[in-house]
Amino acid sequence: MGALMDFWLQHAPVLTVLLPAMTAVVLLLLGDSGGEHGHDGDSVGVCRRVSLTSVALGLLMAVGLVVHASSGELIVYRLGEWPAPFGIVLLVDRLSALMLLLTATVALPVLWYACGGWDTRGRYFHALFHFQLMGLNGAFVTGDLFNLFVFFEVLLIASYVLLVHGQGRERFCMGVHYVVLNLAASALFLIGLGLVYATTGTLNMADVAQRVALLQGDDATLAHVAAVILLVVFGLKAALVPLYAWLPATYASASAPVAALFAIMTKVGVYSIVRVHGVIFGIDAGALTESVAGWLLPLALTTSALGVLGALAAPNMARLVAYLTVSSVGTILAGVALYSTQAWSAALYYTLHSTLVIAALFLLVELIAAQRGDTCDRLQPAPAVREPVLLGLMMLLGAASAAGLPPLPGFLGKLMILEASHGLSAQAWVWSVVLVVGFFTIIGLARAGAIVFWHVQPSEADAVGHPGHSARLIAPTAVLLLLGVVMAGLASPLKRYTDATAQQLTDKAAYVRAVLGEGAASTTRPYRGEPAR
Amino acid sequence: MNTLLSLEFLLASGLGLVAAAGIYLMLRGRTFPVVLGLSLLGYAVNVFLVTMGRLWHNAPPILTGGASVADPLPQALVLTAIVIGFATTGFVIELALRSRHESGSDHVDGHEPNPQRAQAGER
Repeated sequence: MGALMDFWLQHAPVLTVLLPAMTAVVLLLLGDSGGEHGHDGDSVGVCRRVSLTSVALGLLMAVGLVVHASSGELIVYRLGEWPAPFGIVLLVDRLSALMLLLTATVALPVLWYACGGWDTRGRYFHALFHFQLMGLNGAFVTGDLFNLFVFFEVLLIASYVLLVHGQGRERFCMGVHYVVLNLAASALFLIGLGLVYATTGTLNMADVAQRVALLQGDDATLAHVAAVILLVVFGLKAALVPLYAWLPATYASASAPVAALFAIMTKVGVYSIVRVHGVIFGIDAGALTESVAGWLLPLALTTSALGVLGALAAPNMARLVAYLTVSSVGTILAGVALYSTQAWSAALYYTLHSTLVIAALFLLVELIAAQRGDTCDRLQPAPAVREPVLLGLMMLLGAASAAGLPPLPGFLGKLMILEASHGLSAQAWVWSVVLVVGFFTIIGLARAGAIVFWHVQPSEADAVGHPGHSARLIAPTAVLLLLGVVMAGLASPLKRYTDATAQQLTDKAAYVRAVLGEGAASTTRPYRGEPAR
Repeated sequence: MNTLLSLEFLLASGLGLVAAAGIYLMLRGRTFPVVLGLSLLGYAVNVFLVTMGRLWHNAPPILTGGASVADPLPQALVLTAIVIGFATTGFVIELALRSRHESGSDHVDGHEPNPQRAQAGER
């Protein structure tokens, strides 16, 4: 047992990537004949068990990493023992561990929900789900910019296929838009990375962070261009104005468990913005310090406002939740753009909460839609749902969390962001946007709730009726919603952790020291043909 | 003359041309030109990545001792980018074909932009 713990501690960063990768391969080998009653009915059960066990194990490992990282130690893993700026490093600090935990926390209930039937409406759902997790975990632990690109591609390729899971004309059409947009963004990502390499001669995050401070003149301008191009790329993933238009239609067309898992995808964009623009180009970066801050705050506030307006105008509930995703990303990035430890801590806290709530709402929307017959989730009067009390209460809880009503954690998160902006020149903007957005979120969700649960048409279908939902679908949704409530109870330790996380992020010197070691290696970078000094 | 037609100038203008053609094709309405545009943009980006290690004459990307060497890292990066680009292009072609099959139209929106004209065309 002790040896196993030692092994895990030593290899924890790479295991977070290898576990889903290996599980996906095993699931591919197990095969998927498609459909619950395929050639061998047992294979679905085996796949589900393997899949759920692996995600549960991933959750345990993420908890272990959070406990380990909370001591403040940076876990650096050098792949193949190559010294730091030359080989690829994986790095788990408090932020990475927290994002890993968030991913696993969302993934487990979502997978549980998918096992209620969605996973048999297409082939290889479980394998793709794990490839997606591999990309997400990899993006959160990598300490190398090009590696970040590779993991982005891994998670995107898995998401392309997951998006069209369940098939149908609408999904394929949205799939084409989504894939083309993301491929164009990948091209931009490579251009940005090329410029970073050309100016600094390295792609190791810690090394880049150290070297951007030394850039001057033309090189500094080129690096600034690289920072802005990378902001466009991450902004597209995070759905930042004006690059958010793809998200509502795409998420609304995806199947419920996939949309719920995608709630974490926008957060990958946010995470990358924090790492690259918050830390590398944000703190002690010489001429480039906070080079995109002037753009980020107005864009984030606009995103938040436009997102909630879209939610007010949404014709169906899936789109409403998708627009709330956009709006919440705007609120998070507004916190990030304030560039203070207090604001970053608040933004992280709000990230945790909003991801859980959005994922829960996507699942809940499908539960409600399934009981409304042909009306599905369209916001118009329809026959009553079969379980109005249960679903209504869940909707109320989800709506109150999303809108940020006290004492739910959404309220705490928003309050912390408001507090962090106190005394800054942008205070008036942040306060008015965050408060008005919260108010409109309540109106949008109240409108949806009133139409769905109160504007009921009597119908003869009531007599026949659908059966109520099985616990397999209700329970995961309820768990996700209740996790939000638990977060309010655990607000104090969570706040301490996010405070420490923000503190750790701003300590760039310690980050560089942990990755590169004390003595700087003797190299010539960027390489211009001169011999090594 | 030498600076005007330097290798850097030729590469930069060529890259600009290919990237512009790629972006133009990506903005078209049918899936086939869009896929072609993505490929062209991918080529431009790959060559761009190679040139980020500077351009070299008679310099192998291997340490040989005294002689000057080219920077090998961008070549390794571009290899990865090419492989990923190849896979995603394959996927997007398959997706475009499937979308054409499902919706009966090769327009990126899944339906003809002007239904009346489409019907006139069929007649």
